[in-house]
Amino acid sequence: MILKILAFGITKDIFGTSEKEIEINEGASIKALKELLEKDFPELKRLKSYFIAVDDEYAEDDQIITVSNEIAIIPPVSGG
Amino acid sequence: MVDIKITENKLDLTDCFTLASDPACGGMASFVGTVRNHTKGKSVTRLEYECYESMAVKEIQKIADKAIFLFSVKNIVVHHRTGILFPGDAAVIIVVSDGHRNAVFDACSFIIENIKKTVPIWKKEIFEDGEEWVSAHP
Repeated sequence: MILKILAFGITKDIFGTSEKEIEINEGASIKALKELLEKDFPELKRLKSYFIAVDDEYAEDDQIITVSNEIAIIPPVSGG
Repeated sequence: MVDIKITENKLDLTDCFTLASDPACGGMASFVGTVRNHTKGKSVTRLEYECYESMAVKEIQKIADKAIFLFSVKNIVVHHRTGILFPGDAAVIIVVSDGHRNAVFDACSFIIENIKKTVPIWKKEIFEDGEEWVSAHP
């Protein structure tokens, strides 16, 4: 399945775009997505941390992604 | 009452006070986060704020709900600005009102600390000789 990943902050710079399309197996977990992203963009491993959000909520590693989810990569936040 | 706003426009403290004002409340506390003109010995020219708005509003709502649960405060206003800000500009305004003064101070402090931890808003510092996403790297 093709996932569209919204990127913000430094991850937008790393991807070079604010909406990155990525191909991944059906039924993939958040953990699998992170591994795939880290393979394509090793710079992600240099960040202090990063999370994946699914439909506006922070997701756990074992959560399964479907093509209808809104996926976003959340680098360390710095609001306020 | 909880009022949350994320906007590219200038924030207005008076608006926030008006929204939180309540004849049933005897105290209001506010926190205003402003842009500093220096960081780690370097001059900051401007900040660029970016936000994942749909999620940010939900995360701020969760923090406000938790503050109401923990401190039993009555009204909370959180306005956060995005876009390009210059030193001295207000980036965030929090106003809390309630019948008890200790609760409003505690809630204000709790809200800003948690905004900095979980709300998907990012700032990039622009210096005279470079730029950096704040907190991105260890």
